[in-house]
Amino acid sequence: MAGAIWVVGEVGPDGALARISREVATLARDLGAAAGRDVAGVLVAPPEASGAADELAAYLPRVLLVEEPSAGTDVAAVPVASAVAALVARDEPAYLFLGATPDGRDVAGVLSALLGWGVLVNATEVGWSDAGPTVGMSIFGGRLLTTSAFSGGQGIVTVRPNTATAAEAAAPGTVERVVPGQPGTVLPHVRILERVQESAAAAALEDARVIVAGGRGVGGGEGFGLVQELADVLGGAVGATRAAVDSGWIPYSHQIGQTGKIVKPQLYLALGISGAIQHKVGMQTAETIVAVNRDPDAPVAEFADLLVVGDLFEVVPELVNQLRARSG
Amino acid sequence: MRIVVLLKPVPDTTGQERLGPDLRVDRAAVPAVINPNDEYALEGALRLMEARGGDADITLLTMGPASAPETIRKGLAMGAHRGVLVSDPALEGACAISTARVLSAALATLEFDLVLAGVDSSDGRGGVVAAAVAALRGLPYLSYAGSIELGDTSVRVHRLSATGYDVLEAPLPAMVVATQAIGEPRYPSLKGIMGARSKEIATRSLADLGLSSHEVGGAVATTRVLEARPPAARAATRVVRDAAPEAARQVVEFLAERRII
Ligand SMILES: Cc1cc2nc3c(=O)[nH]c(=O)nc-3n(C[C@H](O)[C@H](O)[C@H](O)COP(=O)(O)OP(=O)(O)OC[C@H]3O[C@@H](n4cnc5c(N)ncnc54)[C@H](O)[C@@H]3O)c2cc1C
Ligand SMILES: Nc1ncnc2c1ncn2[C@@H]1O[C@H](COP(=O)(O)O)[C@@H](O)[C@H]1O
Repeated sequence: MAGAIWVVGEVGPDGALARISREVATLARDLGAAAGRDVAGVLVAPPEASGAADELAAYLPRVLLVEEPSAGTDVAAVPVASAVAALVARDEPAYLFLGATPDGRDVAGVLSALLGWGVLVNATEVGWSDAGPTVGMSIFGGRLLTTSAFSGGQGIVTVRPNTATAAEAAAPGTVERVVPGQPGTVLPHVRILERVQESAAAAALEDARVIVAGGRGVGGGEGFGLVQELADVLGGAVGATRAAVDSGWIPYSHQIGQTGKIVKPQLYLALGISGAIQHKVGMQTAETIVAVNRDPDAPVAEFADLLVVGDLFEVVPELVNQLRARSG
Repeated sequence: MRIVVLLKPVPDTTGQERLGPDLRVDRAAVPAVINPNDEYALEGALRLMEARGGDADITLLTMGPASAPETIRKGLAMGAHRGVLVSDPALEGACAISTARVLSAALATLEFDLVLAGVDSSDGRGGVVAAAVAALRGLPYLSYAGSIELGDTSVRVHRLSATGYDVLEAPLPAMVVATQAIGEPRYPSLKGIMGARSKEIATRSLADLGLSSHEVGGAVATTRVLEARPPAARAATRVVRDAAPEAARQVVEFLAERRII
């Protein structure tokens, strides 16, 4: 398998394969076909989540499964990266692809230290040239697109959610249980003492195809009930500005922007959001942006595809009704 | 308690940031500021110090250009005690793993119990350097912290998840990545600004750290930028000013046109 392209799978908190891994696997499979390279998946998971390997094999011809109990009890980054690094030493693949999620970034960072490989982050486009993958990413909050490559014949790529559309392979691949050799470097594990659930399990914001986000204009926690309602009819997730988070209307994990999450949904609906640059840098690569704002001169008017000038408390309930009527 | 904060100078998010002809960040185009996420890490360090009744010592560690002391000075004004800047012409164009190696080598020359870093840097948003530094130094790595509690020999963190948080604990020394949930960074006081002038910023070259340009820096970068271009311009904004029922109808129609619904 020397020179192969590997996809490092991610397991969600429910023990299933994370959605991002399906997208990354599809992207890597297409890349392998274009490059004439083998493609395989690697999944490091506790035994109770080993079914995620079968899910990954729906997308790839071959999946290496490492059953690692500590990947369930400890923070995943170290057990996953250590097992993958040991397999890399054995099989000598050339490129590793992961999701640009919080866990994916952590695993990529540890892997780059263990392997000494370069990392290209937040890919929104991946091509192939004779010298290896060419990776497109946006910098400065989406105002510039760069294309980068690795200097050697090896590297690690993290891929943004919603960069590729997941599509299963014509036939499922094989799952091989493997036991990686001892890692060259033993890193300390960090134990998870407790998992605290504060809100209902929701689709990860980064993965969502539709995001309905609320800002200061939403006016309070109650207003976010309205935001949630619209998100529900659209099958989307709820996002927020820092103004809304700072006001205590919604937890920080929903914040989008410079010091929050970066998202790339198909639709971003901005309700009562002015569109300040620190918010814009987190969402301006959304395919379609629709805004509802009382102020026609709010900065969001400059980058929305559709702007409704009006009061969100009038427009949103109407929108919810019409969407319900349409689907009902 | 000795705390090191990894602090990166970045171009201010003004909308004017750009790359130079060498496809590297044009540092002259916009003023440099402390990477916003690193301000939270520093704020976290200051709050941990205060929780210990002032019993902590905070060092800012930066790899950056010769102009970095201007930015580090602001962190000193917020309350850090000293700065260490690794600066060397050979580091221009360094990639993430080089940066991690340099920061790791610099940490080896410092005494510390806790290292704090930011979630990612606002220019590239890689979010991989802190994990790599922790791995190179063999430190327990606790990322995405919404809150940090520091004991004498261990650190406890709430690691934010999509639906809540995981409670993590590790022995010191350890690396913790702070998020904005730590709390609003303070503004430097006038006294802090005056005091920062006399605080020490030690500058180290690669040679001082026992590293050479064959191991780290621009000459051995593992990645390179091939080209940069502006994104395709968005189409003109369609503006709807009708009353709610008609406005909503137009939104639905628009979403259907784009096959979103
Ligand atoms: C270092 C730093 C980092 C930051 N990071 C982030 C970040 O990650 N994410 C982020 O979002 N911000 C961030 N900010 C803050 C950012 O600068 C803005 O302050 C913030 O995005 C504004 O949020 P907003 O749009 O909700 O509020 P406002 O700017 O107050 O806008 C509210 C909008 O709602 C409209 N409105 C009010 N009532 C109604 C109504 N009834 N119907 C319709 N429209 C209505 C108003 O016309 C207005 O345009 C950061 C700032 C700094 C300095
Ligand atoms: N040149 C640098 N000097 C000091 N700290 C850095 C540097 N680069 C990255 N870091 C730290 O690593 C974190 C993640 O950076 P990045 O991987 O570049 O997104 C930052 O928030 C900083 O805390």
